[in-house]
Amino acid sequence: MKILVCISKTPDTTAKIAFTEGNTKFDENGVQWIINPFDEWYALVKAIELKEKDPSAIIHLVTVGTADAEPIIRKALALGGDEAIRINSNSNDSFYVAKQIATIAKEGSYDIIFTGKETIDYNSASIGSMLSAILDLPLVSLANQLDLNGNTATVRREIEGGEETCEVHLPVVISCQKGMAEQRIPNMRGIMAARSKPLKVLEPIEASATTSIKKFDIPVAKSGVKLVDPANMDELVRLLKEEAKVI
Amino acid sequence: MVLVYIDQADQQIKKSSLEAMSYGAALAKQLGCDVAALVLGTVQDNLADLGKSGAQKVYHLKNETLNSLDVKLHSTLISHAAKNVNATVVVFANNINGKAIAPAVSVKLEAGLVTGASSLPNTENGFVVTKTVFSGKAFASIQIETPIKVIAINQNSFGVVAYDSTATVEEINIPIPAASIKITKLEKVEGEIPLTEASLVVSGGRGLKGPENWGILLDLAKSLGAATACSRPVSDTDWRPHHEHVGQTGIQIAPNLYIAIGISGAIQHLAGVNRSKTIVVINKDPEAPFFKAADYGVVGDAFEVVPALTSAILKMKSTA
Repeated sequence: MKILVCISKTPDTTAKIAFTEGNTKFDENGVQWIINPFDEWYALVKAIELKEKDPSAIIHLVTVGTADAEPIIRKALALGGDEAIRINSNSNDSFYVAKQIATIAKEGSYDIIFTGKETIDYNSASIGSMLSAILDLPLVSLANQLDLNGNTATVRREIEGGEETCEVHLPVVISCQKGMAEQRIPNMRGIMAARSKPLKVLEPIEASATTSIKKFDIPVAKSGVKLVDPANMDELVRLLKEEAKVI
Repeated sequence: MVLVYIDQADQQIKKSSLEAMSYGAALAKQLGCDVAALVLGTVQDNLADLGKSGAQKVYHLKNETLNSLDVKLHSTLISHAAKNVNATVVVFANNINGKAIAPAVSVKLEAGLVTGASSLPNTENGFVVTKTVFSGKAFASIQIETPIKVIAINQNSFGVVAYDSTATVEEINIPIPAASIKITKLEKVEGEIPLTEASLVVSGGRGLKGPENWGILLDLAKSLGAATACSRPVSDTDWRPHHEHVGQTGIQIAPNLYIAIGISGAIQHLAGVNRSKTIVVINKDPEAPFFKAADYGVVGDAFEVVPALTSAILKMKSTA
């Protein structure tokens, strides 16, 4: 079995969000970079769990990013993963990125392609769905449980107001969220081993971007909290009804 | 033409799809073109009523095998329908289904995609859509460079606009390919309002001290007709089910009213709720960071404040 895990580099969840160059560029000054939590905690760890059950499984990691993404790739390799591929581009157009990953996916003929449910920076949730369309594969989105039985995967996914279990034949693209696996911390042996695992760097294939970012804005801050006397909840109800008009 | 995909749950059209419909109608007016709805599967609603949310026409592919989400199937059919009607913009609600389908449709139509759109595009000079990024901590203005565009509009960011009209409904016939997945089990959360569709949400954190204390929160939610949510530590310790976890790594919501009880307001939690229109924070710690993001605050003991608030709401409702 061959598994491809798509990894993205994102700012830490507590990073200060600011922009430079006339609000056209994310300000990377002082930002800590992490593996996108959905990619790391759920997609990658689930792949590792599958390999623990079937040691013949091979896990490849792929990321589209410049050389500064290498520390997070090494961390991913320290958690698990047999080898990594970095496609050398800093594009943030989802279609362009999906095209790059699809090329790797086609060449590697993977049985399962895992993504996180979305990245915490651009929140587009689009790479998994785009991959499924480019590769003409089924997609199970928002998966929170997965069992394999030969060539069939039984996957539980979130739907509006509940959960649904479905069966799907491999190969398949699966976007992972909470419940799929438990977050792990790399151990020393993993960290040492990661140093010698292969990390291939490939130049991107030609693909045209379909979107471009013109500028960023920070939302206007709230004007300030209005405190209500805890002994006067009638007043809070009045404010919600007459001022905020939400109830 | 602007084509709006109308999504359903349990054969009921979702509120978020009606919002997408009104968004599509406003966009069509801005572009000076027609607007139509596309419905897949069987629904109990009267489809001509989509006119009340702005549809001029409704295309309906009536087949009950399409009632549950199969992204490969749905994206194939939606792209096919979009090509048939020469759609230049395809609009989705940025809900669970829309988020999953829209990117695949954008690939099939060779269209640029913006998911999580927060307002109508600026079409004065190109086609620029504003979307939320960094989990609501910022907005990005994205230029779509392709002739065809796909947009998924955030829930509760563009209200349903009431139109005084009915739409003409046309049943369409597109060959339906084989399903790519087989649904074997459905677990509905009975009697609860889906969090992402809810306009009122009551949420609890560690300040409630234990799952046995959730009664006061559930009573408050019931008095308002609100959905319930929780913070990450609460779901991690299994006080509440995982699907109630809102925050950066849980569900992101944008209700009209979010009442946070005993939640300190860590940056990761705020990322899941900061698009809420009105935020009420109830916390006994006046230094809780959540107060900085709140519209109304109550510094006090949740075990006293919450039942008092419930009584005040019931009193208001009985006299209304």
